[in-house]
Amino acid sequence: MNAARRARRRNAWIAAAMLVVALLPCLGLNGYHLDVLTNAGIFMLLALGLNLVVGFTGLLHLGYAAFFAIGAYTYGLLNLHWQVPFWAGLAPAVVISGCCGVALGIPAMRVRGDYLAIVTLGFGEIVRLAFTNLDRWTGGPNGLLGIAHPTIWLPGRGWYDFSVESLPYYYLVAAAVALAAAVCWRLADSRIGHAWMAIREDELAASCAGINATHLKLLAQGWGAAIAGLAGAIFAAKQGTITPDSFDFILSVMLLAMVVFGGLGSIVGVMIGALVLGALPEVMRGLDQYRMLLFGLVMILMMRWRPQGLLGGPKIRRELTRA
Amino acid sequence: MTASQVFLQQLANGLTIGSIYALIALGYTMVYGVIQLINFAHGDVFMVGAYMGLSVCLWLGLEGAAPGAAMAWGFVGVIGAAMFGCGMLGLGVERLAYRPLRRAPRLAALITAIGVSFFLQNAVMLIYGATDRRFPPLVPSIRWEVGGATVTALQVVIWASAGIMMLGLQALVMRTRLGAAMRATAQDPTACWLLGIPVDRIIALTFVIGSSLAASGGVLFGLYYNTVNFHDGYLTGIKAFTAAVLGGIGNIPGAMVGGLLLGVLETLGAGYLSAQWKHVFAFVVLVVLLLFKPTGLLGERVADRA
Repeated sequence: MNAARRARRRNAWIAAAMLVVALLPCLGLNGYHLDVLTNAGIFMLLALGLNLVVGFTGLLHLGYAAFFAIGAYTYGLLNLHWQVPFWAGLAPAVVISGCCGVALGIPAMRVRGDYLAIVTLGFGEIVRLAFTNLDRWTGGPNGLLGIAHPTIWLPGRGWYDFSVESLPYYYLVAAAVALAAAVCWRLADSRIGHAWMAIREDELAASCAGINATHLKLLAQGWGAAIAGLAGAIFAAKQGTITPDSFDFILSVMLLAMVVFGGLGSIVGVMIGALVLGALPEVMRGLDQYRMLLFGLVMILMMRWRPQGLLGGPKIRRELTRA
Repeated sequence: MTASQVFLQQLANGLTIGSIYALIALGYTMVYGVIQLINFAHGDVFMVGAYMGLSVCLWLGLEGAAPGAAMAWGFVGVIGAAMFGCGMLGLGVERLAYRPLRRAPRLAALITAIGVSFFLQNAVMLIYGATDRRFPPLVPSIRWEVGGATVTALQVVIWASAGIMMLGLQALVMRTRLGAAMRATAQDPTACWLLGIPVDRIIALTFVIGSSLAASGGVLFGLYYNTVNFHDGYLTGIKAFTAAVLGGIGNIPGAMVGGLLLGVLETLGAGYLSAQWKHVFAFVVLVVLLLFKPTGLLGERVADRA
């Protein structure tokens, strides 16, 4: 009874949130506002993916931007070399990125804790520098130019190109975030999700209970990377241009900040964290050159005020405190 | 130049940049040793140190000083002032940003460190501008031929300064009561507190020492490359961190060995394999080493939990 009521309330909240997101553009927001929200939505996707790895499974990952880059470059290269359209390029971007997540995860299984953070940091930098240096294929530091925007067929209007409009990307990203959030929720409630959290709480105990920790940790990294690949393909299609600089260590670190600020392991929390930290630099644009200075200050103060994140529960707090 | 001369030259250059990495790596490793924090702002403290040195240079009017006693004292003054300034900066950062989070989740302190890093970078950018600033030479441009390789006076000065700092630190940590307290705090802060060791003060002091070593590295870096930029802290910081891990994070002699080794490997890699992939070597070395010897060269245990 109680569970049914909770589920009903949750569904009502989800419906209300989707309605707000769908109607937001009708409230007189201009293209710039929509762009800011769209970019924040891409951050939300990435934060959701990273949350599977850091929040659910407890693996500290500092090179997550690499999978964002792999997704973006997969679609970009497919499109530029074989004219693969956006919708057909999505699947390979997600799959290749996910596979890379597993492939880079395999050697990293040998280390844990802070060392895992450092190894993933190394992988992230190696991927970015490889994209910079393999200029025969990736265009080097200048990146890929002229990647096709998505097109859809509308009844009565024929083929419609998203081009550099703001509105279609807003809805595209909103749909992707909804999909990713749904996947995360289903995963969290599944046996897999429960096993991830068991590993996070106590890996040894989880193994003793029959959980194959290695497989499940790889699965978390694969899922996390796949979501980043989706975000990457959308990002590449939206920008039309990608350069290796967009995928640097600072991005990985910012994403981690979003997840921690929102509350590790909380799906709603990390989405709010991504929205706030993703949109804040734009909101503060009026402060001009003092913007990033104050942004740093805001991060410091936020952590002082609420170190467990906005929606981080007491359980998370206990678990993350030094043993 | 023959093959062996080229090798000697690369080795000399590698040891020079390696000494600078080692000076920065010490701060990472000491802070990790006492509070298990990867202090991401440390690279920026290094960069602030370089700018402080630059300011003192300009203030003392050392821009066009003639070689001689004035220049030598100028060098000592600049490096000393930068070390003092950054030591105070480290003290302030620890007091205002990290200490309130002593009992908070470890990841919170990591995010705070990132915030401090943004703050320092942008503060320097606002004060000094975003473009490269020229760092005046404080060491006369004398060069010697040693076994076919060219060694400059600047390189010798860098080796000597780094060597003195490291020996001083080693003496401080191993031979003084203060050093014993630092080592004890790294092992077990609670037991130290029970024994009446002022743990908070020891931690603050660790930040002061680490930050001043980074500042000396910053001044030497400025002298070696002739320019400084507010972005310099990022890549150099990550590499110095790599060096600290290479030697086994938390281990002071390890950071010295790791820094020198990383500098040499990177320079040899750039010279013999490909200059374009120079920055990749540091990370490949890091990843490969950690996968096969997860505790670093001179191993030390680290926290298991994220």
